[in-house]
Amino acid sequence: MIALQNVTKTYNGQSVPVHALRDVNLDVAEGEFVAVMGPSGSGKSTLLTVLGAMNPPTHGSVVIDGIEVYSLASEEQADFRHEYVGFVFQQLQLLPYLTAQENVLLALAISKLPTAHRIARAREALYRVGLGGKENRLPYQLSGGEQGRVAVARAIVNRPPLLLADEPTGNLDQVTGNQILDLLSELNRAGQTVLMVTHEARAAGHASRTVNILDGHIVS
Amino acid sequence: MRLFDVTLHNLRRRMGRKLLLVLGLTIGVATVVALIAITTTMQADVANKLDAYGANILIVPKANDLSLSYGGVTVASAAYDVGELTVVDLERIQTIKNARNISVVAPKLLGALPVDGRTVLVAGVRFDDELRLKQWWNMDGQEPDNPDEAMVGVRLARVLQLHPGDTVQLGDASFVVAGILAENGSQDDDILFIDLSAAQRVMNKPDSVSLVEVAALCNECPVEDMVAQIAGVLPQARVTALRQAVTLRMETVGQLSRFALAVSTVVVAIGTLVVLTTMLGAVAERRQEIGLLRALGFRQRHIMHIILAESAILSFAGGMLGWLVGMGAAVVLAPRLASVATSVTWNTWLTFGAVGGAVVVGLLGSLYPAVNAARLDPMTALRSI
Repeated sequence: MIALQNVTKTYNGQSVPVHALRDVNLDVAEGEFVAVMGPSGSGKSTLLTVLGAMNPPTHGSVVIDGIEVYSLASEEQADFRHEYVGFVFQQLQLLPYLTAQENVLLALAISKLPTAHRIARAREALYRVGLGGKENRLPYQLSGGEQGRVAVARAIVNRPPLLLADEPTGNLDQVTGNQILDLLSELNRAGQTVLMVTHEARAAGHASRTVNILDGHIVS
Repeated sequence: MRLFDVTLHNLRRRMGRKLLLVLGLTIGVATVVALIAITTTMQADVANKLDAYGANILIVPKANDLSLSYGGVTVASAAYDVGELTVVDLERIQTIKNARNISVVAPKLLGALPVDGRTVLVAGVRFDDELRLKQWWNMDGQEPDNPDEAMVGVRLARVLQLHPGDTVQLGDASFVVAGILAENGSQDDDILFIDLSAAQRVMNKPDSVSLVEVAALCNECPVEDMVAQIAGVLPQARVTALRQAVTLRMETVGQLSRFALAVSTVVVAIGTLVVLTTMLGAVAERRQEIGLLRALGFRQRHIMHIILAESAILSFAGGMLGWLVGMGAAVVLAPRLASVATSVTWNTWLTFGAVGGAVVVGLLGSLYPAVNAARLDPMTALRSI
């Protein structure tokens, strides 16, 4: 599913270059739930953006589902993100002026599906994350956990082969965080490949495999 | 939800900024529309007023080679009996392609006739047309309104000691002096004006005309075209454009148009800048949101579509409002600012021009912000983490 080979990412810092990823090699099989753990600044978020076709590596190759991601043109990378990757952002990034259903539908706004199919898919995704009946609520009318579920529903509505989650419990209390982690586990059990970045051992415990990263190196 | 729905949702947010953009465009479009409407009205008004200054096309028989001075223009034969035009020719003038641009056709039959033992220059005219053509004429008495009434030039009246109500005998016909023409320094001061038909009877020249003066409105056509068209239907006549009057008219109209164009250009430039800065601000505010859309797989053209559609809708609204306000302002202001008597015309092309122009300005002003937005790095959405 995912094959990273000798991936290096170096940012041009103000005075010295910052090596966010150093010679990273990583394979993730289809249907796996992998947690990438590491302290702040270890490079785990950079790894996620590299996998999400948003941040080209300085060196190395990134192959997802047999596609060499960064050999694609810029707009093809956008298509790749749309078709292959679902994101759950740490800040959730829900648009406050859209209802739960509209936030989910946003991921389908450029889809060629008929409107009725899109709405059916959005409702199905919300139902899957346990938000059936709350489609028309605005984000502020939902609890933190429910907002996280909307973000997950938006990530899976397009049925992407890969779900990337960046610190999905970072801003949530323990109970709410567990709800999101349980949801990701449930999705994984249904066959969804999940790669989650976290610095919490508790969160990593939900994954089938944990990869530890430190100073840009995968250490275990 | 489709792309357009994203645009519509965005339109409902941050209304202050959007209202500012619509207001800016409304003011810009209203200014341009008001200027165009007022200057167009002024052009029409000036054209009408210039027509009051007299003829701009002169038609005389081609065969004449001896001159008779009339109004500073050489016309017809000194013998008065050579190659005259006829009233049928007057009807032909009205058949030219630009006939609707003809304001006045004023025929004249000239002859030297004895009055009280003196030879007097007599002009047979159609008083209605002549008075329309020479609105600067002032009169002591009344304008003639019967075929047996006459109008006398002031110097001739002095010589013949004529006053309103007196009778003038021409052959076996007599004419009551309705009015004495006030002195205007032209040859009109020495002429006895009578009705054209009466003059044709008195001079025994039925249907004859010595010359024709034509006033033409040439806003929409060069006067040379009309001269050629009249010459085409009157091959026996010499048709001349009085270029001084035409040039003055066209220059005045042209100056007004250039003024409107210059101000409109400045206003359009300012409008474009207003849209540019407003949309740049809007894009800056929405960087994170645009980054999110890019992260969700929106292509650059999708982002441009959202920004440009939003701008087009706002510009359309600004264009419509601006057109309404501009036309309203023109209707109210034209009579006060420009002292025009002509009514403001509600032109369809101005409506489409105003709305279409506003949308074009909106799109032009939004193009750079839209391109900027489209090129935003999707990482922007994640940088807030």
